[in-house]
Amino acid sequence: MGNAVLTVTELNGHIKDLLESDPMLTSVAVRGELSNYKIYPSGHHYFTLKDAESSIRCVMFKGNASKLRFTPENGMGVTAVGRVAVFPRDGAYQLYCSEILPEGMGDLHVAFEQLKEKLSKEGLFDGEYKKPLPKYPQTIAVITSSAGAAVRDILRILGRRWPMTKVLVLPVRVQGAEAPPEIAGAIRYANKYGVADLIITGRGGGSIEDLWAFNDERVARAIFESEIPVISAVGHEPDVTIADYVADMRAATPSNAAEIAVPDQSEMRETLSSREARILQAARKKLAVARSRLDDLGERRVLQNPTAYLDQKRLELDSVHNALISRYERLLNTKKQAYVRDAASLDALSPLKVLSRGYAIATDGEGRPISSSDDVNVGDALKLSLSRGALMCSVDEVLRENKAGRF
Amino acid sequence: MTKDKMSFEQAMERLEVIVRQLEKGEAQLSDSLALFEEGTALIAFCGKKLDEAEQKVILLKKGENGEPQELPFEGGE
Repeated sequence: MGNAVLTVTELNGHIKDLLESDPMLTSVAVRGELSNYKIYPSGHHYFTLKDAESSIRCVMFKGNASKLRFTPENGMGVTAVGRVAVFPRDGAYQLYCSEILPEGMGDLHVAFEQLKEKLSKEGLFDGEYKKPLPKYPQTIAVITSSAGAAVRDILRILGRRWPMTKVLVLPVRVQGAEAPPEIAGAIRYANKYGVADLIITGRGGGSIEDLWAFNDERVARAIFESEIPVISAVGHEPDVTIADYVADMRAATPSNAAEIAVPDQSEMRETLSSREARILQAARKKLAVARSRLDDLGERRVLQNPTAYLDQKRLELDSVHNALISRYERLLNTKKQAYVRDAASLDALSPLKVLSRGYAIATDGEGRPISSSDDVNVGDALKLSLSRGALMCSVDEVLRENKAGRF
Repeated sequence: MTKDKMSFEQAMERLEVIVRQLEKGEAQLSDSLALFEEGTALIAFCGKKLDEAEQKVILLKKGENGEPQELPFEGGE
């Protein structure tokens, strides 16, 4: 591939890839002199950084430029922190500056800006990695110096606000060369043994050198990798350290950290009071509604004047009773009349009545009624039953009936 | 101690639910009174927890075998 012929685009593209992937150039600090400094209406700053032999075009965008704490002027010696970017279209490269530091600001500042740039690019400061803090932490690990105001303030405020939480103090050095590994080590130790559900780490106020341990990469990474949420509380406003950027929550001061970490018991008592009032109110209201319904029902006639109601019902009952009785009497009369009629008819048909008209019943010796003279012979004994009394007779003569019904 | 603290949080959460339910007013009268009783009991429980709490501050050191060791903390050497 060495002797292949490239297009201009390919060449510039290759140069771009090369330069922009070089770690040294993605976060670089350059010392030089400002010249051709121009602020455009857009708010972006364009300038050249040069030294005795060379120069490079630079740009600082509005967002970063607004954070400048001094006014850059041509001729000023500065250290510019940023990254090298290539424009394939023009075949040119530039320095995109995130920060310009006046000369004499110290290596510490430069180092801070470089590390900040580097870790920011890696995503260590990203919001998506920030963990929520527990609402009612059971145990808080305080990683700081066991002497000094910071730990006293934290303990005092935690004790005042929320004594329910257990506090573990992991004493560490917070300045000097031994501090960063101790702080990072304590954070990792707390995680390894799961000693707490919240970590507060930090220290009281001081110079940039005093706070330096909390700008250390080792501390930043330990905070980032901590599964236990971390509140950073370093110095006082406006000090901001790298630990503050990485932490899950940043506190302005150690006292502020204690305020963020736990609820306030006096506020909690107020909340309980207010909830008590609310449930009382709600229960009362419920009862009042029920009572009002009860009263409404009580107003109904049936409950207001039960005797009137019963009397009404009694009247209705009587009227039905009367109707029933008269209907029954009518029925009885009808039946009686029918009976009398039938009895009269029956009486007319009675054999006894017939006998009273002069008829007699003839029966033979065995008491069987005789209805035909054919059944009788001369000399038979017959009994004749009359309306009153009876006759014992013997047959003198038998008269037989001929077909015409004549004797 | 762990159980106690978890209960405080759970008690507060349950209390919030009860307050909301009662304020909605949709529950039956008997249920409302039961919720009221439960709510009142929870409030007393939380109040008691707050009253009884005493801060425990402990110094944590690495023991000989590397395991955490709790020691009394003398505030601010």
